[in-house]
Amino acid sequence: MTRPILRPTPLATSIERRLFLRQSLSVGALALLTGCDISDNDQVQRILRFMSRWNDRAQAFLFQRDALAPTYAESEVVRDFRYNAYFPVADVPKLSAADYRLELSGLIEDKRPWSVEQLHALPQESQITRHICIEGWSMIGKWSGARLGDFLKRVGADLSARYVGFQCADGYYGSIDMATAMHPQTIMAFTFADETLPAKFGYPFKVRIPTKLGFKNPKWVTTMFVTNRFPGGFWEERGYNWFSGS
Amino acid sequence: MSAAAGEPMPVRRVQLHPLGRRIMHWVNALAILVMIGSGWRIYDQYPALPIDFGFPYYLTLGGDLSASEALTNEDGLSNALAWHFGAMWVLVLNILAYLIIGFASGHFRRDFLPITPRAFLRDFVAALRFRLEHRLGEYNAVQKLLYWGVLGAILLTILSGLSIWKPVQLQELTWLFGGYEFARVVHFFGMAAIVSFLVVHVALTILVPSTLVAMILGRASGTPHAPARDRR
Repeated sequence: MTRPILRPTPLATSIERRLFLRQSLSVGALALLTGCDISDNDQVQRILRFMSRWNDRAQAFLFQRDALAPTYAESEVVRDFRYNAYFPVADVPKLSAADYRLELSGLIEDKRPWSVEQLHALPQESQITRHICIEGWSMIGKWSGARLGDFLKRVGADLSARYVGFQCADGYYGSIDMATAMHPQTIMAFTFADETLPAKFGYPFKVRIPTKLGFKNPKWVTTMFVTNRFPGGFWEERGYNWFSGS
Repeated sequence: MSAAAGEPMPVRRVQLHPLGRRIMHWVNALAILVMIGSGWRIYDQYPALPIDFGFPYYLTLGGDLSASEALTNEDGLSNALAWHFGAMWVLVLNILAYLIIGFASGHFRRDFLPITPRAFLRDFVAALRFRLEHRLGEYNAVQKLLYWGVLGAILLTILSGLSIWKPVQLQELTWLFGGYEFARVVHFFGMAAIVSFLVVHVALTILVPSTLVAMILGRASGTPHAPARDRR
């Protein structure tokens, strides 16, 4: 999910030695890279996409069903947790408990929609884990909610299917592999820092997956579906790796 | 240094690089450059160091910046990551092959060893005074140590990189590097060590171009190359 764009600040130019270093660095690297940034070549893009799909398979192979993400102490929880989406915080979907229904679709037996009240009545557990963004920043947070795996069993999802997909109220969409969906730390998080999940963090729930990067944790989920057809995702179509496991 | 009458003729020396080693060298060079270029773009997105420093975008790999901003609202990070995680396989497989062949064939033992403290000190002082001659086909002690050093830096950077990529699946490794955040710092300084090596490596190749010939064609010969001021 997006954020304010960070721009590297120019190096201090007042220091002569640094200027010299930068210039020599520039000349050397210019020779190597300028006109050599072939990233935008169509053939190169095809190769990079192929490698990314290969990395999906490699990461699925590395994924251990019972390896738990490290957990932290209450004292390590970040108080001022970062809001992160591809639009400003003022534009976040404000869903009301009265109107909200979680729709179920695809390879699921019981597709009756779920209200917030029903969701909140599910058995819950909490976790203090590290949220790692694909940009490189990370923050420790505390989430509580119902295990996604238990929920999928309860609604009669086909657990041999390959993917679980999500549609969100903000237009965002994404999908994960079934193994990750069934991981004990993958939860439908209803609270953040012991309080009802605020609108900016995805009310009524976000899927918290500590074994995946932040953008694989969808917020404001309105539809959940199970499928064997690769559903892709919002950021994946913009070039990010689909599996993006930690 | 001219062969004046009465002085023995300088020995004609030969530098040989078998084809396999040359291929591995250039594959490694390419993979490392891609890793550095894309890594710099990734670094700029969220710098790991708490200082005001970023790499100028024109030095980085990750495609059209303004197109990325317009289309996907990011600075080519997705492209840089695709490069990084693509070239990663090339780098790792190539390095593994190089290590296995290097140890098994005796290349490391023959060419990179021994390094005695005395020889290192002698060669290091000579290098500082620009009096270290380059003998084709034979590495001096400073050179040997530098090759071990850069090999170590590459391995450190690969391992810290793996611990950033997989802080859950490889959490023991991440723990060894002081946790996710600190592993990013280690990864940065590993890169810095490799770049420092590259600066020296390329500069010396320019000073003694026959080494480049050997690394391309497999063979170069010549009389001992002494620094210019000794040749007067």
